[in-house]
Amino acid sequence: MNNSSLQNSPLEHGDIEARLWEYIDGLSTETSAIEILVRENSEWKAKYTELLEVHQLMGKTELEHPSLRFTKNVMDEIARFQIAPATKKYINTKIIWGLAAFFIAIIVGFLGYGVSQIDWSAADSSSSALGVDLGAVDYSRMFDNSIVNGFMMVNILLGLLLLDRFLNMKRKAYREEGYRA
Amino acid sequence: MHTQTPDLDLIQLVLAGNSAMYAQLVERHQNFVFTIVLRYLKSREDAEEVAQDVFVKAYRSLADFKGTSKFSTWLYTIATTSSLSFLRKKKVEVHSLDDERIFAAADIIDSGLRANGIEQKSRIAMVTEAIKMLSVDDAQIITLFYKGEQTLEEIAQIVNKEPNAVKVQLHRARTRLKEKMQKHFAAEVKDIY
Repeated sequence: MNNSSLQNSPLEHGDIEARLWEYIDGLSTETSAIEILVRENSEWKAKYTELLEVHQLMGKTELEHPSLRFTKNVMDEIARFQIAPATKKYINTKIIWGLAAFFIAIIVGFLGYGVSQIDWSAADSSSSALGVDLGAVDYSRMFDNSIVNGFMMVNILLGLLLLDRFLNMKRKAYREEGYRA
Repeated sequence: MHTQTPDLDLIQLVLAGNSAMYAQLVERHQNFVFTIVLRYLKSREDAEEVAQDVFVKAYRSLADFKGTSKFSTWLYTIATTSSLSFLRKKKVEVHSLDDERIFAAADIIDSGLRANGIEQKSRIAMVTEAIKMLSVDDAQIITLFYKGEQTLEEIAQIVNKEPNAVKVQLHRARTRLKEKMQKHFAAEVKDIY
């Protein structure tokens, strides 16, 4: 293996350390080159010995210990609680799909109604790129109708009710999550 | 030979209704969770309260633990967020690198270590104390890597950073640890550095 470039190139002190730490951590991509450097280069060898000792000392540091009653306190505390059901179980996807279906139904309903109001016989195919004379559509008829207005009001109310229910569920889930996390 | 029941098996037992098994998980991870929390909160009383809360939260959310990561990784994430929430609520000041009280404490430890002689145990105590002098982030990353048996990817998940950023931070933390040891425990480290 050619390590002459590694051995001859002037390396910064920090660079040697960084590469040696990677080697010690088992993350190095130049393992065999570093092994040779550690074996043959006194600077690398000294630095390696120094870092390895610190590495081993860090591994031997002691963890802090809580009080002897710690486990008992935790077990006493959890005895008051139940394990909460998994989050996905209490978010009802039917509500989400219901909301989506509701809004799609409104859009489709209005489009259908709008199209049904077009006076096709009066349309001049040459007057519009779409083949429909948009000017011929009597928009006022769409909204100047008590049935349509009533339908819209009911839909809006239903929409608001569904939205309120959805937001309430989200708020509850968020509170629950916040309490648990 | 006694072999430990894996965390995941214990969790399944707890979820199946055998909540007493949770005590084993608490016993297994309490020291580490307590250490992580203590890195943030310097009061042992507060740390014990928060660490206890971590295990209660973990218990209540156990059904949400999917097992895609190690239980310890999940637990340490809860420990980190709980500690930060506690600090935010109490507005407790996090110790900075230049905290005079830390330096004063270091001097006491330093003279104590000198009096005891330079033995392996003292050296370990010296490194432990030097870690405590680091910033919370540096101390946590070193603790997670060396004592929590967490990979860089797992630490990244816990501290919500990229693995590469964690790698760089770990390197910097070790450099700063070396500086702390050289500054405060000069006599003890002279044959290391």
